[in-house]
Amino acid sequence: MMLNRCLLILALAMAVAAPARADTAPDELIRQVSTEVIDTVKSDKAIQNGDVAKIVELVDAKVMPHVNFQRMTASAVGRNWRSATPEQQKRLQEEFKILLVRSYAGALTQVKDQSVQFKPMRANPGDTEVVVRTEVKGKGEPIQLDYRLEKNGTTWKIYDVNVLGVWLVEQYRVSFNQEIAAGGIDGLIAKLAERNKGVSKS
Amino acid sequence: MNACTRSWARAALLLLALCTTGAAQAQPSAGVSPIMSVLDDPNVEELTPGQRADPWESFNRAMFRFNQDLDEGLLLPWTDAYVTLVPEVARIGVGNFFANAQDIWSAANNLMQGKFERSLIMTMRFATNSVLGALGLIDIATAVGMERWPEDFGQTLGVWGVAPGPYLVLPVFGPSTVRDAVGLPLDLAASPYYSISESYFRPATTLLGALNARSQLLSATQALDAMALDKYSFVRDVFLSRRLRLIYDGNPPEDGEADKAPAPSRQ
Repeated sequence: MMLNRCLLILALAMAVAAPARADTAPDELIRQVSTEVIDTVKSDKAIQNGDVAKIVELVDAKVMPHVNFQRMTASAVGRNWRSATPEQQKRLQEEFKILLVRSYAGALTQVKDQSVQFKPMRANPGDTEVVVRTEVKGKGEPIQLDYRLEKNGTTWKIYDVNVLGVWLVEQYRVSFNQEIAAGGIDGLIAKLAERNKGVSKS
Repeated sequence: MNACTRSWARAALLLLALCTTGAAQAQPSAGVSPIMSVLDDPNVEELTPGQRADPWESFNRAMFRFNQDLDEGLLLPWTDAYVTLVPEVARIGVGNFFANAQDIWSAANNLMQGKFERSLIMTMRFATNSVLGALGLIDIATAVGMERWPEDFGQTLGVWGVAPGPYLVLPVFGPSTVRDAVGLPLDLAASPYYSISESYFRPATTLLGALNARSQLLSATQALDAMALDKYSFVRDVFLSRRLRLIYDGNPPEDGEADKAPAPSRQ
């Protein structure tokens, strides 16, 4: 359901936004999305208090249109993605998304007086894959937040995120493969679903 | 510095000698494959940089579990109480106090790394906060624009070109590497817990220091709980990447080069 809604919003957003954003550079895209998200969080008490439903809404509206989430999930699952049935692939994407959104929700409740600073981008005009490097500055040590983007036609989409020096897709691939080795793809789906219900132990 | 730290230092040096030779051979030659080719790449089971740096994983996992139990059973409840009972302004004062006491050791490390201006700034910070900031409780130096450049001895060794060696989870102290474990006794000897207080007060300052340090990590560990499927590998990868970034002062080499490149002073 959530995925359907997300796909619908994604489709709508693409239809509306794609022509307008045709020539948006990848770092400019990240700047726009970051600014929109931070501004929304700052003006929304419910999100600051960790209201997950509202955060899902925000993510679906502002972030997901710019994410190639299928690629992100496929890469995190690795070679086993091919042997998964379409239904399993759909479930994996749903559960992986909830896992990420819940993590994101925790991070958003911490947003107060942060600002996002961009590091110089090393890319050539013809590149179809780039890395945008940013730092979130607030109190204390700056937080590294980098994005990998791919160009599909004329639009850029995020397919991996680096938090604190760790690329999430690679990080999750290790634990996903452990789960698949132990209980197959259904085992991984069950593990993710269990975690997302908040009954995890470790 | 007491006998215990000294014997630890000797053991750690021995470990370092053992590992630097082994680690040099273990350096992999293959780079990290680009994400998109993952599905077709037959080498996809190749180890991640974090796994390659962790030949003692089963020992480290056991130690990590021990530390987790210690944290959940002892430190975390006390930290929750500390955060609940002590008002924020007082906790900021405590944080400033310990940070200030560490600034003079950072000044020494900056000096050893050849960062003379930062060493001078850190010395001035220590003087300013100790004298004008009520023994360091108030961080006046930051308010007047003296930036903080913390450095520890593990970082100094890194800048001198000592390779980190394998990842190592220490009991109580947590994630480390062989190199950082070698630096730790010196850091401890120079730390506020030893240098400031009479041995009479030491248990109290150590406890307060631990509560302060843990309270500053609360939001990080909450985020980790939400994110990680396998907390151990997440902590390891974040730790290794952070240390690398600190040693390169925020500009580590590109992905895949990181674990092969020599320290900056050698380039």
